[in-house]
Amino acid sequence: MSTIGQRQPIALRVFAITFLVFWMVIAAFPFLWTLWGSFKVEGDFFSKANWANAVFGVMTTAETGAALTGDGYHGAWVQEEFWRATFNTTLVCLFVVTISLTLGTLGGYALSRSTERYTFWLLIIALIFRAMPPITLVSGYLPVFFEWNLWGHLPTAIIVLVAINQPFTLWMLTSFFKNIPQDLDESAMVDGCTRFQAFRRVIIPVMWPGVITTGLFSFLLAYNDFAVTAMILSKENQTMVPKIASFLGTTQTKGNVMFAVAAVVSATAPLFILIMFFQRQIVSGLTAGAVKG
Amino acid sequence: MKHKTFFWFVFPSVLAMLLFIAFPIVSVVIQSLHVAHEQVIITVQNCGPFGCTDSTKIDTDATAALRAAEPLGRWAGLTTYFDRGHLATNEVAQAWTTATSLPDFLGRLINLPFYKAMFFTLTFTAIVTPLTLIFGFAIAVAVNSAAKSLRGPLIFFTLLPMIVTPLVGSLILFWMVDARGIVGTLLQWAAGDPDLSVKASTPLMWAMLMVYGVWHSAPFAFIVYYAGLQTVNKETLEAAVVDGASRWERIRYVVLPHLLPLTTFIALIQLMDNFRVFEPIVSFSAQAHATSLSWAIYNDLGGETQQLSSAAATSVLTILCIALLLTPVLVRTWRDFARK
Repeated sequence: MSTIGQRQPIALRVFAITFLVFWMVIAAFPFLWTLWGSFKVEGDFFSKANWANAVFGVMTTAETGAALTGDGYHGAWVQEEFWRATFNTTLVCLFVVTISLTLGTLGGYALSRSTERYTFWLLIIALIFRAMPPITLVSGYLPVFFEWNLWGHLPTAIIVLVAINQPFTLWMLTSFFKNIPQDLDESAMVDGCTRFQAFRRVIIPVMWPGVITTGLFSFLLAYNDFAVTAMILSKENQTMVPKIASFLGTTQTKGNVMFAVAAVVSATAPLFILIMFFQRQIVSGLTAGAVKG
Repeated sequence: MKHKTFFWFVFPSVLAMLLFIAFPIVSVVIQSLHVAHEQVIITVQNCGPFGCTDSTKIDTDATAALRAAEPLGRWAGLTTYFDRGHLATNEVAQAWTTATSLPDFLGRLINLPFYKAMFFTLTFTAIVTPLTLIFGFAIAVAVNSAAKSLRGPLIFFTLLPMIVTPLVGSLILFWMVDARGIVGTLLQWAAGDPDLSVKASTPLMWAMLMVYGVWHSAPFAFIVYYAGLQTVNKETLEAAVVDGASRWERIRYVVLPHLLPLTTFIALIQLMDNFRVFEPIVSFSAQAHATSLSWAIYNDLGGETQQLSSAAATSVLTILCIALLLTPVLVRTWRDFARK
């Protein structure tokens, strides 16, 4: 579009630039503001006197002697043991991603290669499952988990998240495998491989771009989940997001809302890094479903 | 592919979905048809020097034994569905007969918890979905006209609101619009009212939740539209220029038709996601002003006494709404498939 783009009238160009600047402020400023504010005391971050206190840290200097303070982080990570939640989140994400991808690649590969009518129905059922809010399932889990003493443990949450992840993983990987030419595995089978051998020796080596993209989204689902993990994990096994939510209930009364601010910044940082490294994959993953229609 | 091979390939994945999605749905339905046992009450006779009196007390042992024997509770049929917390048939009928006008009736209707949640969920979905499409499209056009070297960083920052955990993202916004936060102060200054507080006002809270909704999902619409803009047929565009089409006509007759299928796709995904609106209500502690269906389930499950049956009934109603919402899409997909 570059040749046409150059012919843009000035007014339109100015408008486009203004709009972009406006959007950038809306999109990025809240994060920068909170990052900066997380090194202040509550009196500055929520300033009754003057909003500029949050920038210069007037109260922070008065209370701690410096314009920036790590008290919020100390309170969250050491006093409220946020490190434990971080560790739990790491475990949950690691296992959810590995298991969903293992199940998803096997299933997605089969769905992409079979031409039977039941593959259509399986995908439609998966679409319906994808549309249901996960929290509607929780009242089905709880009585059973209580009965069998499964409630509150990390492995339970992992399995549940893997299952909730499956519909999306299957859809994404099926459409990805459809783009790998069938001739590839079929010629391997002509040469005497079984279906599984063909999958292992021919498909696995070429499937990584799609698997990485799908894995990113599985990771985001596990990392961002609140509805399920808040309900089926006990207090000591809490992951980061429910832990932040519990900060709100308990610490706002004690005036320790800065713990929550520090925890929120800590939980955002990994996502920041993730987008930085995988921007291309995230974009291609989001558009994969759409461009095919 | 042979049926048997296919079966073994999809087996682990299908098993996971069967055990943790399909069975729980059945379990939720069964749960919603039962209610917890009431406490067993026994009458004890207390005899003292002044005669005997009868008093009632709760037999904790018997209650526990009964609940352990039948953990599901007792059969209640559809009563949970029709009680005050859900479809509230009695209250609706009463409001219908006594209401003086339609607005009066609707006013009473949305004071009932289920209808209140339903009303907010539907309004949220109906307002946020089109705004997301428009906003996403605008960003896509603007980014597309920016210099190539700038596009990478622009996309990076645009992705942030979508990728960041919904609970965390909404908290960040909430702290800023707090009466003592920067945006809150700005609003007070703009409105000329130093006591203005988003937390205290229902319309402002609704507006804030929807602003969050658009902020969170516009990047998704942006990405899809942006990818669509890259694949607009350049020859058609050039031809349109040669034929003397104005800028607006080119957008109207070349670009928009190309993006139409993408719009259906985004709208579908957005409908599903907006219908489950939940985290911002928790973050904004907005329950006094706005509740959603998902929040109602969460509230039933998380309270002091877990109201499983009530949560299950709301869950079933939510799933039915989703199914209703999806029917047109499913019918279309089926027609496409049958035609092949």
